[in-house]
Amino acid sequence: MLLVPCPHCGPRNATDLRYVGEAHPRPDPGTASIEEWRAYLYLERNPAGWLRETWYCRSGCRRYFTLERNTATNEFRQPALPGNKVGGRA
Amino acid sequence: MSVVSAARSGLRSAAAALAATTGGSGERGPKRSRPARYSAAGLIARGASGRTWPRAWRELPLQRSYDVVIIGGGVHGLATAYYLATNHGITDVAVLDKSYLGSGGSGRNTAIIRSNYLTPEGIAFYDRSLQLYRTMAVDLNINVMFSQRGHLTLAHTDAALRTMRWRAEVNKLQGVDSRVIDPATIERLAPGLDVSSRARYPILGALYHPPGGIVRHDAVVWGYARGADRRGVELHQRTEVTDIVVEGGDGPDGKGPGGRVTGVRTNRGDIATPIVVNCTAGWATLVADMAGVELPISTRPLQAAVTEPVKVFLPTVVVSGSLHVYVSQTDRGELVFGASVDPYNNYSVRGSLEFTEELASHVLALMPGLSKMRLLRQWAGLCDMTPDYSPVMGFTPVGGFLCDVGWGTYGFKAGPVSGETMAECIATDQTPKLIAPFALSRFAAGRLVGEKGAAAVGH
Ligand SMILES: Cc1cc2nc3c(=O)[nH]c(=O)nc-3n(C[C@H](O)[C@H](O)[C@H](O)COP(=O)(O)OP(=O)(O)OC[C@H]3O[C@@H](n4cnc5c(N)ncnc54)[C@H](O)[C@@H]3O)c2cc1C
Ligand SMILES: [Zn+2]
Repeated sequence: MLLVPCPHCGPRNATDLRYVGEAHPRPDPGTASIEEWRAYLYLERNPAGWLRETWYCRSGCRRYFTLERNTATNEFRQPALPGNKVGGRA
Repeated sequence: MSVVSAARSGLRSAAAALAATTGGSGERGPKRSRPARYSAAGLIARGASGRTWPRAWRELPLQRSYDVVIIGGGVHGLATAYYLATNHGITDVAVLDKSYLGSGGSGRNTAIIRSNYLTPEGIAFYDRSLQLYRTMAVDLNINVMFSQRGHLTLAHTDAALRTMRWRAEVNKLQGVDSRVIDPATIERLAPGLDVSSRARYPILGALYHPPGGIVRHDAVVWGYARGADRRGVELHQRTEVTDIVVEGGDGPDGKGPGGRVTGVRTNRGDIATPIVVNCTAGWATLVADMAGVELPISTRPLQAAVTEPVKVFLPTVVVSGSLHVYVSQTDRGELVFGASVDPYNNYSVRGSLEFTEELASHVLALMPGLSKMRLLRQWAGLCDMTPDYSPVMGFTPVGGFLCDVGWGTYGFKAGPVSGETMAECIATDQTPKLIAPFALSRFAAGRLVGEKGAAAVGH
């Protein structure tokens, strides 16, 4: 069972949250080229190790937040500044 | 193939033959005088005499160079090697696997074969694979136990039924046997299913695909391995690729777009080669990173489970999209269950209690009669998910670096056709028609091949 440390609710079972995905910085839709936009939509870093990712606390505080998780060991670490926002993955 | 490399491989096979006749030592495998053909007569003779079977493939020392290096000894890597040798006479090929052959998804899948996909591109591609499965036992001289027992995808909602009708029509247009059937017919085909209107999710109909079925996945892997070995391909287990050498690219160390592959580094030494093929499924991103190629892939575990064996009662494969579960019964009587991928990216193959609980409750919603059955085993494998549920195949922006990845939860059935087309791609230096829609460049071009409607429940 994966316990996700929600910055607002504390540790919660992963099934209480929705995994949004890798937290990519979003290019400015006004100036990004089509290729840049598609790279943002589709390409993934997918490392076997530390990954910055976004979760949505579906049955808790209903807020989005960004965390770092090691995808090989499932440890979490807090990059979190208070109130940090999503990368806004589509 | 160049004269130099032809001469080189000639020399090498002479050396190998010499080593074999002198018994060999160290890494070298035992002497193999005549390759054993598998047959019923052979089985009886060996059973009576107690003579053991020879090893199915050789274990050879690693050479310093090859014409083609294939990373990943699953069904995709092995089939590519087999067809390179069989269809194109390219035999100076090494398949490298960091673990044992079939240790990845190829030895962990639920072995369902079908071609009832949603897009014309997908259907044509998977149907060619199904045809190759039909003659595989003879072609590879191994009993792969391919059983075309029929495949049912249940619809519990009007929306699902609409998708089934859509799939059936697209399938029929491509000559694939697929039709929508009613609950009474479903009950005849799959006894034990609760087709009553009292069910929590009543069954409204199903997409019936008679040519679909199951196969013995290990035998497929071993068959391609043995066939490739017999034709001169080298199979190297416990050989991990740790880096890919690329020259002239835009990125750091000369890697990345515009570069050209010159070799690979492994835990057993460096190898020079002009062609590297990435067939590493769940690890695909890590290998592509070594060449400086970015992929649209996320790695997710998929779990499966199997029950104790009982008398055979379920003659078809049954899938429910709404309940995220599928079931088939092996010839030994075990029920094999699968589901959808885990909900977050992960490189660990540990099972979870949530999975078992959810699986059990969904199976019982479908087949209440199974409540007394016990699960024997549960396991997981890594899946390389793409945004459109279609694979990534062929050339990449790095010269000599090819990919055959993005197989998600559905790639076992594609092993034969992928091997055939990837071999053609390498031998002719051109992308075969059948896999052109699956090029990596489709993501930048915005031409996705959406198969989610036919592939969201893993299998
Ligand atoms: C539980 C489960 C059920 C499934 N059910 C079905 C199904 O019913 N039908 C279906 O069609 N598909 C199914 N699949 C999907 C299918 O198993 C895979 O898509 C398919 O096996 C991929 O084969 P492959 O040869 O590409 O990769 P794999 O078999 O995963 O082989 C990749 C190999 O690469 C090796 N490797 C990785 N990195 C390196 C490195 N750096 N150096 C050397 N070697 C390396 C690994 O050791 C591994 O052996 C299922 C998958 C799972 C996990
Ligand atoms: Zn919360």
